[in-house]
Amino acid sequence: MRKAKEDKDRKIKVLVSKVGLDGHDRGAKVICSLLKEAGMEVVYLGMYQMPKDVVDAAIDEDVDVIGPSFLSGEHLVYTPLLVEEMKKAGLDDVLLIAGGVIPAEDIPTLKEMGVKEVFTAGSLTEPIIRYIRSNVRR
Amino acid sequence: MSELSVEQWAQKVKENDRRAAAKLISAIERKEKIARDVLKNLFVPVGKTTVLGVTGSAGAGKSCLVSCLISAFRKEGKTVGVIAVDPSSPFTGGAFLGDRLRMQVHGRDKGVYIRSMASRGYLGGLARGTVDAMRVMEAMGHDVVIVETVGTGQDEIDVARLVQTCILVLTPTMGDDIQAMKAGIMEVAQIAILNKADMPGKEKAILDLEVALRMRPAAEDGWAVPVVPTVATTKEGIDEVVSQIEKHQAHMRQGEGLKKFAFQKAEKEGSVLIKDEIERVIFDHIRGTGLRRKYLDKIVTGEIDPYTAVEEVMSLFIKKTAKD
Repeated sequence: MRKAKEDKDRKIKVLVSKVGLDGHDRGAKVICSLLKEAGMEVVYLGMYQMPKDVVDAAIDEDVDVIGPSFLSGEHLVYTPLLVEEMKKAGLDDVLLIAGGVIPAEDIPTLKEMGVKEVFTAGSLTEPIIRYIRSNVRR
Repeated sequence: MSELSVEQWAQKVKENDRRAAAKLISAIERKEKIARDVLKNLFVPVGKTTVLGVTGSAGAGKSCLVSCLISAFRKEGKTVGVIAVDPSSPFTGGAFLGDRLRMQVHGRDKGVYIRSMASRGYLGGLARGTVDAMRVMEAMGHDVVIVETVGTGQDEIDVARLVQTCILVLTPTMGDDIQAMKAGIMEVAQIAILNKADMPGKEKAILDLEVALRMRPAAEDGWAVPVVPTVATTKEGIDEVVSQIEKHQAHMRQGEGLKKFAFQKAEKEGSVLIKDEIERVIFDHIRGTGLRRKYLDKIVTGEIDPYTAVEEVMSLFIKKTAKD
């Protein structure tokens, strides 16, 4: 009984952001909406954010998940910077997942860089939610 | 933070450690016992910090205005803490926290700490842990703490009891003079802002507001509520808002004003804490007994009315605790 109560108060908090010179935010907004429907608390940071902005916000908001969205082809440029900032800030227990228009051949590279999972355009909702729920820190 | 002692955690917050503060606010949101223990070490007497509230309907421009206020206070060299509350879904419990993005220009400024909070079913325009989160920001040493409520309608006036200066944000589309005359939220603000003053209907709205404000008996402390037109997106009118805030702060801080505010805040906070504690103790008491389900089923089938059910649960509880 006690456990159930604790889980109710333990909401998953996710930070979604566009990173770099990328103004295509429809997908990010759809993801925000879907995660909200799944009972998560979603902070949306908006467009044109730099890795440091994302990490600073993640610290202040104490999020469990960081989800950058890339539709600009800059994912290989900004992801290492983001991972570096997360390391510097000691956010090693925060789950980093990426989404957007990302070529399949780049996914292994992103994972090597430290992204835990990549959800490209066309991903179904359920697997994203299930992935977050089962991989988030507890 | 679990590796720290309660005192060490509190000390880190007082040293303006953003992570320690962020983790503490999360623990507050989760109603963890340790949060309360840390808070006991963070008690700051009322008065040191300027505590402002910004309320008004959804889309009136509250977050944009808060962002403008942050810039103005930063120019004066003051540090600012912001709590921005957005609603939780009553169906899924999820929330879309979209206030921060309006203030993201301050993202890199170390003198600004912004925290979004979901209301989590708490009514009155705030989140359950808002008062405690305000205390965290005061303890961090911020000169100004701003609380932005969820988009409010007519009756969400909790914030007014907890802040020194309450700012109500309206727009030219707020409705006619009848709306301006209503009780509730129209009564609790010390400063009324007519934002989006570049939209048609500005003159009429200002007139409606001023007339409605003048028809009211004067406030007990003699403060007359000013109406300030602004356009937050171009920062028009912000200087006047800041000057009115300073005026009200000076007005409130003379005589017994601050003491009265402290009393009113303690009264409000005390009643919330006591209600929370009673609820927790009673539900802890009946947890696992099946009593809750039994009574709910009885109410559903019409076997018992909810008033009698509550009386029976209370008397069972009182008898049990008397025996203990």
